[in-house]
Amino acid sequence: MNKTLFEKIWQHHLVQELDDGAALIYIDRVFLHERTGSIALKSLEADNREVVSPEHVFCTMDHIVDTLVGRDDNTKVPSGKNFILATREACIDANIKLFDVNDPQQGIVHVVSPELGIVQPGATLVCPDSHTCSQGALGALAWGIGSSEAEHALATKTLRVSKPKTMKVNFNGQLGFGVTAKDMILHLIGKYSAAGGAGYVIEFGGTAVDALDIEGRLTLCNMAVEFSAFTGLVAPDNKAVAYLEGREYAPKGALWEQAVIFWQSLYSDEHAQFDKTIDVDCADISPTITWGNSPQHACAVDSRVPHAPIDATQNQLKALNRAYEYMDLPAGSALKGLPIGAAFIGSCTNSRISDLRLAAKVLKGRKVADNVNAICVPGSTTVKRQAEAEGLDKIFIAAGFEWREAGCSMCFFAGGESFGYRQRVVTSTNRNFESRQGPETRSHLASPATVAASAVAGCIADVREYL
Amino acid sequence: MDKFTIHQGVAAPMLQINIDTDAIIPSREMKLVSKQGLGEGLFAGWRYTLPNGREPNEDFVLNQAAYKNTSILLAGDNFGCGSSREHAVWALKEYGIKAIIAPGFGSIFYHNCIRNGILPVVLANDEVLALAKHVEKAPQTSQVNINLLECYVNAIDSGNHNTEGKVSDSMNESLRFSFSILPAQQAMLLEGLDGIALTLKSKSKIERFKQSYQRQYPWLA
Repeated sequence: MNKTLFEKIWQHHLVQELDDGAALIYIDRVFLHERTGSIALKSLEADNREVVSPEHVFCTMDHIVDTLVGRDDNTKVPSGKNFILATREACIDANIKLFDVNDPQQGIVHVVSPELGIVQPGATLVCPDSHTCSQGALGALAWGIGSSEAEHALATKTLRVSKPKTMKVNFNGQLGFGVTAKDMILHLIGKYSAAGGAGYVIEFGGTAVDALDIEGRLTLCNMAVEFSAFTGLVAPDNKAVAYLEGREYAPKGALWEQAVIFWQSLYSDEHAQFDKTIDVDCADISPTITWGNSPQHACAVDSRVPHAPIDATQNQLKALNRAYEYMDLPAGSALKGLPIGAAFIGSCTNSRISDLRLAAKVLKGRKVADNVNAICVPGSTTVKRQAEAEGLDKIFIAAGFEWREAGCSMCFFAGGESFGYRQRVVTSTNRNFESRQGPETRSHLASPATVAASAVAGCIADVREYL
Repeated sequence: MDKFTIHQGVAAPMLQINIDTDAIIPSREMKLVSKQGLGEGLFAGWRYTLPNGREPNEDFVLNQAAYKNTSILLAGDNFGCGSSREHAVWALKEYGIKAIIAPGFGSIFYHNCIRNGILPVVLANDEVLALAKHVEKAPQTSQVNINLLECYVNAIDSGNHNTEGKVSDSMNESLRFSFSILPAQQAMLLEGLDGIALTLKSKSKIERFKQSYQRQYPWLA
């Protein structure tokens, strides 16, 4: 009878075991965005299929929408406007709730969904976006899918899923000074590789996860896909309940009471068996930064670019050598002190109010170094307004940061604006893939605090010296 | 959806680990609200000399004459990691890729392949390397054959270039590797199934489930 949290949620949603070994899983919520959701909706319509429960489908404009002040449907992305128009039209036709370009609730899907209480503990939520795993932070089974699977979920309210294996990752002990959820997940991927979680749904736990606030847990789960996991999740606790209370789409009144009682049953039983367990000692985690072109190229900010391990395979060596060359950082190079050209705070990983507060704490009374192009893009319009109410925007602007409208922005280069050719960027985003933020940009992933400190220093900096 | 049963073709090695979907198709190449028109953007960052240009980079494996008509990729671990963009699979498909053989795949990418008739084959790293070594000798004639009915991959030495479905004269028996695939995914590919149509056969079952589910979890209804 001992079950993991994942097994409980799976069981609640199991419509049918299929003859072919997969299972038909009931989907509570579908979230779409204009980049991939537009294609799903358009294709569904072309096949004469209907969205069966439009009241459970939500859509936002985040990927392509411009983030410069005064924006409209026009985008820096060539032909981006077509995606916006097609999405809007399809949402109206299908009667789907859309957080449109200048809607006060618009923002990045994985920021908006928790913020409005659309994702809830024990629910299943899918979105054609890989970082849907973020939303597991609230104890939901949330995962990224392709556009075809999105069509399937929209047309049938289910998905055909093969059951993933289970992994528990325990972060034991307490986080050190200046160490954040972003450093935890970068450390994990750095240690166990970008394929370390392949095939698993990962439950994050341990004292350090218990101690994280919900926004920290969202950051932690956000990068489960960078670990190649099916998804990540955290058992909902009182913090999750308190976080959701009063949010627009969270249950109210008697239903709230009923929901909370149910949510309290959502944990892995004491003797539940996981297929794999990893224990991480938080004393080993420093402020962490990536040096290469994969999230697994992560190390302590005060360390050096590692040499290839002696047991590296030919293919691993190929990738490592490419990373040294692409980043122009030979093995043994120091990271701290490396000059940068740009700093970016934003993305579904780190653009929430707590991220902006932390960055502002570093920036207060300081100036961004000359020659550093520093940009802050809040994750949602709600976050932006809240930050402005707290005066954080003034701190960012006084320091020399650009203060923008909500969206995915320069987390990726979609052909419009970008960072400079081969420019070195310290960024709070989730992917340092080649040319991800512009032509051959050299992206270093780090916490928003490290980004802020580096922007001030004009080079990769140890945030502990700035707090 | 296209069916996949048996395929023989030119295989190109792209063995570095962690090739992500941004590399397979950069975001800037996703220009239309469409599943089409993406083949040209495949591997654009590596395939062309300039970011937005179309001047072929001769160093890139698929641009080399030896790898003309490539329909199989031999890849490193965690191929297709990163973004969920199904455009990566649509671009591969439009280019003519029928199968990818790697020690592991990004999970969403793997599912996207199955949904679009591309076969992702998981083999051990040394098996992929052995196949790569075999094809590198003479890529056009040292082809790879994949049989999804019996779930094996083998190397073929043939004068027949890229002959669909044809098992040729001389097989390299030392290079025959079995692979496993979940029955659900095998069936989907073998029969070219439309998952939505298939699931809609269970419509009444889903409806019954929905009713009891909504009674149990009314706040999600």
